[in-house]
Amino acid sequence: MSMAPAVPALPATPRHRLSTRVWHWVNAVTFFVMLMSGLMIFNAHPRLYWGEFGANQDPSWLQIGAVEGRGYLRVGGTSIDTTGVLGARTVGESTVTTAFPGWATLPSTYDLALARAWHLTFAWVFALGFLAFAVASLANRHLVRDLMPRPAEVAPASLWRDVRRHLRLDFAHDGYNPLQKLAYFGVLAVLVPGMILSGLTMSPAMDAAWPWLLDLFGGRQSARSIHFIFASLLVAFLVVHLVMVLLAGPIRSIGAMLTGGRR
Amino acid sequence: MPVLTRRTFLRGAVAAPTLALGGCDWLGASPTFRDVVLGSGEWLSYRAQRLIGGNALAREFDPSEMSPVFRTNGNANARDEVYQRHLAEGFANWRLAVDGLVERPAGFSLVELKAMPARSQITRHDCVEGWSAIGKWTGTPLAQVLNVVGLRPEARYLVFHCADDFRGTGYYESIDLVDAFHPQTILAWGMNDADLPVGHGAPIRLRVERQLGYKQAKFVMRIEAVSGLAAIGRGKGGFWEDVAGYQWYAGI
Repeated sequence: MSMAPAVPALPATPRHRLSTRVWHWVNAVTFFVMLMSGLMIFNAHPRLYWGEFGANQDPSWLQIGAVEGRGYLRVGGTSIDTTGVLGARTVGESTVTTAFPGWATLPSTYDLALARAWHLTFAWVFALGFLAFAVASLANRHLVRDLMPRPAEVAPASLWRDVRRHLRLDFAHDGYNPLQKLAYFGVLAVLVPGMILSGLTMSPAMDAAWPWLLDLFGGRQSARSIHFIFASLLVAFLVVHLVMVLLAGPIRSIGAMLTGGRR
Repeated sequence: MPVLTRRTFLRGAVAAPTLALGGCDWLGASPTFRDVVLGSGEWLSYRAQRLIGGNALAREFDPSEMSPVFRTNGNANARDEVYQRHLAEGFANWRLAVDGLVERPAGFSLVELKAMPARSQITRHDCVEGWSAIGKWTGTPLAQVLNVVGLRPEARYLVFHCADDFRGTGYYESIDLVDAFHPQTILAWGMNDADLPVGHGAPIRLRVERQLGYKQAKFVMRIEAVSGLAAIGRGKGGFWEDVAGYQWYAGI
């Protein structure tokens, strides 16, 4: 009796490599910890400045505050009433005047020390995870081959064609499309490194060790502003990312990110 | 059989992080999680920054780059009776006690401190809350004072005991010996080319330029050299560390 023939190994390469999948799910957790603890840290001084210094008496370009129980967001010279969301909201019988509401912060009630503990511990997970992913993706050419947009792809005609495909909800294609590449490459090459470096620039010990950080961002308070702006852009990326997963088929997309999927 | 529709997926996508972070509140309230997991970040930052930072100097700025207004923070005065008497006397009879694990415990008058070679530096002060202010500090390098009293070999930290208090608990802070002997670590008795104002901690405040504002102890009355921090306050090395869980290492 002959042995049963061995089942041939599937030759298909996975759609997502293991390094990508592990990093993705680690980030799914880390992103929310960093964002929400970051919002709590922002609540401790809800004003943003440009330059090296910036404190209460100095001009801020963004401020979230409350006046007589009404919350406001001021950007430059324009102020809008944000009562209920930013600045002030009613919780039970009382008015709470923190910049970001408790449901958006970690922890949910004011605790700067604990938020810093979360933020500055998960910052290590985020930064080392990115470093490992960056090294792996450069080594296996994922970044250059799959994600870096080619000149022809970012030509206006190509981008316009891709915009129209997106508007038709036509997601049948091989590999990543030009808009997708721009988004991923922008996140990986600009936003994530920018978050890490602007975060480090807020550290007085890092500024002493690596003074070029201050020159890169134009001062500590500028770095703090850029950290906030980049975080906002990452939130925008996340929203678009989740919407696209939803439109492109959530079960197949999530399954592929869990098991690797097939090309 | 439940079917994953886009609507339920969307609901899940919104609810999952909210539920998970309710769990985070619960985790953050656990002393073990706080000390072991979240404490690892502080330990890593301390070790990593000591490794790459060495004795690097904080950036010093030009007079034109100074904050027009340097706000006060923490206590703007000290209620302590002894302190108030010294303040009324212009600190003529005030003495800084330096004791603990030192060879020659000593008291330094303000005149004696000012007679030692001084250092001036225009540096950025960063509050843990997020704001920064640039000011000019003039004072006696702490290393000179330590060389006069001589640290005993078992000394590992310096504790700064202050005249100000929060609800009856006197302020205190501590630093390691790397920061203690750092060239920019000074006992500042001058600010912005004048005597150090009461609001900023007269007669002297500590400047430890590579850490956050709460380490810059004001109204310093006594410096104590110790081998460990367990016996100081509630054991975490500083007032805010003990009462609110702030990180002892505040280099980030």
